[in-house]
Order: sequence, then C-alpha cells, then structure tokens
Amino acid sequence: MTPDVKKEKPEIIEFDVLDPNFKYEIAKQPGGEQIRYCFQCGTCSASCPVMRINPEYNPRKIIHMSLLGMRDEVLRSDFIWLCSACYSCYERCPQNVRITELMNAIKNIAVKEGYINESMKKLEEIIEEHGRAYPIGEFENKKRARLNLPVIKEKPKEIKKILER
Amino acid sequence: MKEYALFLGCTVPVRALNYEISTRKVADALGIKLIDLEDFSCCGFTIRSINYNASLIMAARSLAIAEENKLDICTLCSACTSFLTEVNKEIKEDNKLKKRVNEDLGSIGRTYNGTVEVKHFARILYDELGTDKIREKVINPLSGLKIAAHYGCHYIKPSEIYNFENPEAPFTLDELIEATGAISVDYENKNLCCGGGILGIDEDTALKMSKVKLESIKDNADAMVLVCPFCDIMYDINQKRIEMRFEENYNIPVLYYPQLLGLALGFNPRELGLEMNRVRTTKLLEKITER
Repeated sequence: MTPDVKKEKPEIIEFDVLDPNFKYEIAKQPGGEQIRYCFQCGTCSASCPVMRINPEYNPRKIIHMSLLGMRDEVLRSDFIWLCSACYSCYERCPQNVRITELMNAIKNIAVKEGYINESMKKLEEIIEEHGRAYPIGEFENKKRARLNLPVIKEKPKEIKKILER
Repeated sequence: MKEYALFLGCTVPVRALNYEISTRKVADALGIKLIDLEDFSCCGFTIRSINYNASLIMAARSLAIAEENKLDICTLCSACTSFLTEVNKEIKEDNKLKKRVNEDLGSIGRTYNGTVEVKHFARILYDELGTDKIREKVINPLSGLKIAAHYGCHYIKPSEIYNFENPEAPFTLDELIEATGAISVDYENKNLCCGGGILGIDEDTALKMSKVKLESIKDNADAMVLVCPFCDIMYDINQKRIEMRFEENYNIPVLYYPQLLGLALGFNPRELGLEMNRVRTTKLLEKITER
C-alpha cells in the first residue's frame, strides 16, 4: 500500500501586490530603524520562548514578510501581537535588528492603520480614564488602609492629555 | 543611606500588596528611605506597542516628577524599571529628542532636564547596600532552604541600558538569595520568560509558558523567588489555574525577594504579607522554624 502522502500546496506570494516601501515605512517608525540589516539567520526564532509554545509567532518570518513587502498580511495579522517582549532575540541578534522594538514599530503602524488588538484597545481606554492599568478606587484604598499603606489617588488628567495629542 | 522616590507603577499597589508591604518593611530595616510622590501614574510601558509617542511622554513625565522632588527613582516592577531606564537614557544621550520631549511635557506644565537615576529595589540592595552588609543584618538565616531564582526579563534586559550583568548568565539575584542563608539552586530554563506580556492577548500560550518553568522547578526547590509583580501574577496568582487547566500539581510557593529577605531579618510572616500569597507558604515557614 502506498502511504497517503498529502503534498501541501505551496503558498505562492504574488509579487505584484507587494509593497516594496513597507520596509522603509517600518524603518521610519521609532524602533524599526534596523530592519534592513536582517539576513534571516533565524537566531530570533530559535531563541523565542513564545514560538517554542506557539509556532504561530515566528519573528524571523515576520521580518522576512516585512522585507518582502507583505504589508497587509503583516499589519492585519494576529501573530504580530504575540511577542512577549522578553528581549531574548534582541540580546542575541547578530545584526542588532533590535527585534523587540521592531515588533513594537510594526504594531504602532498596525494601530495607525486601524488594526489594533482588542485587549490592547481596552487597556488603552482604562489608562486614559484612570491614568493606570489597574484602577484604584475606594475599595482598593480601603484594603490599602487596613494594611497601613498610603492612599493612592488616580491622576488621569495629564495622562489623558498626553494620549490625546 | 540614600532616599528614593518609590515608583509603584500600576500592578503593585493593586495586585501585589504583599510585595509593597515587604519592600517598605525591609527598606526601613536597612535604612533605605522610600518616599511616596502622589503624582506618579503608569510608566507608559503598557501602551508602548500601540502609541509609542505617548508612552515616551508618560515615561518622561514620571522622570520629571522625580526631578521636581530632587529624588532618584526606586522601582518594584521590572517593566517600569526597563522602560523608565531606557527612556531616561535616550533623553540624556539625545539632545534633539530631549527638546522634543520637553515641548510635549510643556503642554502639561512639566520639564525634564535629565538628572534622575532609575533603579530597581533589588538592584539598590545589591549595588548600594551589598550582600555583605545584608548578611550582617540577618538574624534568622534561612539555611537549608532551596530557592529557585527567577530573574524575569526586564530586570536584566535589554542589557545595553543597564550595563549591569550578562543576561545569559545572571547571578545577582542568586547572591541576594544566598545572603539570607538560603541555597539558590540551578535549574533548567532559569532565564525563561514568564509569558505575562501576552496574558491578555493569548492566555493559553502565556499559561503554557509559565508551566514550562513550574515544571523545571517542582522537584528542585522549596520555593521560587522573584522581583516583578507580573511574573508573580503568572507563577503565584495563576498557579492554580495552570494546575487545573493542564491537570498538574505543583504547589510551589512563590515569594517576592523582600519577603524572603524579611524572614531572614526577623520579621514575622504577617508583617511581610505572606498570608496574601496565593500558594500557601505554611509548609515553607514550618521548614524555617523547624531548624
């Protein structure tokens, strides 16, 4: 009996829909400056603790897609949000691509294009309203007072102003 | 001893009161003065990936508040530490950026001249006090206790902003642990990330990342010791959830370093907020008193 070998259909990249300027767009965003130094060695992916668990996140591949100009696929993807910002790749990259910051640059561009991750959007709303990621109200301050810890007042005014700029 | 502005950040004053209490107790006992400034808010790290410019100004704002009070900053959260340190370094080294940041700060009535230093509390203990001085103050050495140090990521990385230790082979937390009389054990995956950075984005992946380390520690140590509230959320607060989801049993107590040090300095467990730790520390404390 012949083994049932399913040949995977190759994913062909259509070159005429690529955006060759995407890498320059990333390089202009703070954190993305070094993207063109990447020579695809894969040290980032080999070092990545997220990829070890969830192969959907593959930093080398994200950089390659970006260099090729797959702008929409990258910006619209869920996987760009999976970086845990551990800096393992950042420390080891032989070309100093500063990958953790590069991922932040890509996410910043994605947000400008309207592709914000839902949980990050909620987090931003909380920070805008409370000036901090975990609100501190009467309940929290009562608990703090019982432990003789100082009262903390939320001061969202300046933060709101910064976020609105 | 020096005075510092205590930068609590978002997580500590709500979700890590055990960390806050033990830090204040230990600092007091060791003569480190921590001052609360009421204007501090979020450091900005949280929104860095979605709004870089705003996060930069938020960090600069925190630095400006410390500067107004002529104080350096003592942080407890490793993410606050790395982000404030990084922005501080950038502002100090880049005059053009400094000018631009100050234009934005001006709109909220603040300025930052670049005179502040940022240091994590554990690093203050290591650098300014030193392990020899700590050892002298220990009245209840925790000898025999096997501790697994968890450095986390932002406490040591990116290493270029700290210029402190090799992130592939860190040792300072191990030395701080050993200063209490305990043994700091080696274990596989010691430098692994807790996964906390993506807990809100992909819970399953984040919890699986934490699980890897719990697995490595379970047969090697009596407890885990760490210095970041988000790592603690993953390993202590979420330990039960990880056990249930993956049908495992770890029961590994997780202590903040100031809690461990506090025990060695003679504080009782209540004073250090140990009853607030999710994984019960009763057996661990029995082990200490048995000796």
